[in-house]
Amino acid sequence: MSIDGKGTPPVLEVDGVSVSFGSRNILHNVSFELRAGEFTGLIGSNGVGKTTLLRVILGLQPISTGSVRVLGAPLSKRSRALGYVPQKVLLDPDVPMRARDLVALGLDAHKFGFSRRSATEREKVEEILVAVDAESFADARIGSLSGGEQQRVLIAHALISSPKLLLLDEPLANLDPGSVQEVVALLHRVAKDHGVSILLSAHEMNALLPVMDRIVYVSNGRVASGTTDEVVRSDVLSELYGHHVDVIQLHGRIFVVAEPGTSAEDVPEHPRYQVD
Amino acid sequence: MFTGFMVNAWQVGTIVAVVAGVVGFFVVLRGAAFPAHAIPNGAFAGAAGANLIGLNPLLGLGVFSALAALGIGGLGKRGRPDVATALALVLMLALGAAFLSQSTQYEPEIYSLLFGEILGVSSTQILPTLLLGLASVLAIAVLYRRLLLTSLLPDVAASKGVDPYRVDVMFLLVVGLATTMTVPVVGALLIFSLMIGPPAAARTLTSRPGAALWLSVSFSLLTIWIAIAASYQTNWPVGFYVGVISAAWYLAARTYVRTQSFLVLRRRVI
Ligand SMILES: Nc1ncnc2c1ncn2[C@@H]1O[C@H](COP(=O)(O)OP(=O)(O)O)[C@@H](O)[C@H]1O
Ligand SMILES: [Mg+2]
Repeated sequence: MSIDGKGTPPVLEVDGVSVSFGSRNILHNVSFELRAGEFTGLIGSNGVGKTTLLRVILGLQPISTGSVRVLGAPLSKRSRALGYVPQKVLLDPDVPMRARDLVALGLDAHKFGFSRRSATEREKVEEILVAVDAESFADARIGSLSGGEQQRVLIAHALISSPKLLLLDEPLANLDPGSVQEVVALLHRVAKDHGVSILLSAHEMNALLPVMDRIVYVSNGRVASGTTDEVVRSDVLSELYGHHVDVIQLHGRIFVVAEPGTSAEDVPEHPRYQVD
Repeated sequence: MFTGFMVNAWQVGTIVAVVAGVVGFFVVLRGAAFPAHAIPNGAFAGAAGANLIGLNPLLGLGVFSALAALGIGGLGKRGRPDVATALALVLMLALGAAFLSQSTQYEPEIYSLLFGEILGVSSTQILPTLLLGLASVLAIAVLYRRLLLTSLLPDVAASKGVDPYRVDVMFLLVVGLATTMTVPVVGALLIFSLMIGPPAAARTLTSRPGAALWLSVSFSLLTIWIAIAASYQTNWPVGFYVGVISAAWYLAARTYVRTQSFLVLRRRVI
């Protein structure tokens, strides 16, 4: 286990992880670390294995080689330290639950039995709802909320058990641009206020540039990790993609552009068509 | 109406209604209406089989309910749950048909297993019904939060060490348990309607889980009570009334919610 400057183990150590589905190798020998309090973007185009990697960290996906440690601890002991907001959540519109009920369920859903919420628990739910700006729809039926509102409720649900690391799978997909900015700002604030490290997957990195401390860039089953400046460079990404790509900065936005003639499939979000 | 054999009917009916209201709440929440239909029908085959070889039908009901629950849960893990349920249902019905064809004393017993014979409940049935009912409700209380979380966010549950498949199989076993106790009373076909109509109506009326659960039990109780009284007066089968009243709750609740939102809209427009 490696130790950072303050003598505490990294929040997350992914070491030599490989995953295959049948004969398809989705991830080979992936290694990276996350340090406490950092906001990390897990960036890669659709189908590169971001969800798979997050599921590996959560212990939901078996791996063929390697190891994952959270706060220095192996799988069985890390579940309480992790919060998770999955990629696609389909909530039945008729589910008899308010936003606050779903958040409260994050407190103790692993426990057996049935009890009334104590006053302290209700206060905690209220605090978290305020922290994610969800108090105005706290009593609404969860199925009736918009995508952005549901996203905030799910974030609150994940945060209420005081995780050290919050994993979010494409929380920005399917949000309108205004909500994307709101959710990013909210996550940034919450991470600082609650001392939570964040690992957030996205197929488009530009919305995250202002808040991202580090980036884990996935392509071809491998990753490159470091600060944005270290990773999002033509030489590093060309090596990762296995063919030449240019990194173009324009008005504070970054575009990864494949050479003409190369398949654009493995370049995130076809950025060469992107015009702002 | 409140004396003699009718006392048994009221008591057993009340127990059945509470169990159906509680278990049915999660049947609807988990989208498990199809398994909740398949398990009682499978159980019916079990009762027919037990009859054939001279065993207590309750034993056949229990064994076949459990087999159906395990089969649906186990097969559903690998493939599509609806296909698994359908296959379990078809297999059970085929067995039921085979058992019936061999049976000599056919009609009244079979009829009552399908449609219930609540007015003919004997006092010896009360204690077993009460015990099985308590076990079902207790199991639901113990699993309460897990049932909620795995229905809404299965991956999140799994990441906290709550295996959604295991919870699903346990829940189906509870449905099987509830079925075992209720089939002799309201029949295989109608326990299903009692498990769906009242909870479905309840959840459209409130967005609070606890309140929806209580409403579900209340509607279920009213359904059974009205059905028993009406059946006593008219001599029509209890099952008929249970089915009709259960569906009526749902339609009434939907209509109520529709009208409410229509009135709100109109008030805003004016
Ligand atoms: N359970 C599975 N069985 C087989 N293939 C899978 C499974 N889960 C994911 N895959 C494949 O693995 C690849 C990576 O998937 P995923 O991790 O979901 O990518 P991303 O989240 O980056 O879009 C995809 O090609 C997908 O089809
Ligand atoms: Mg994904």
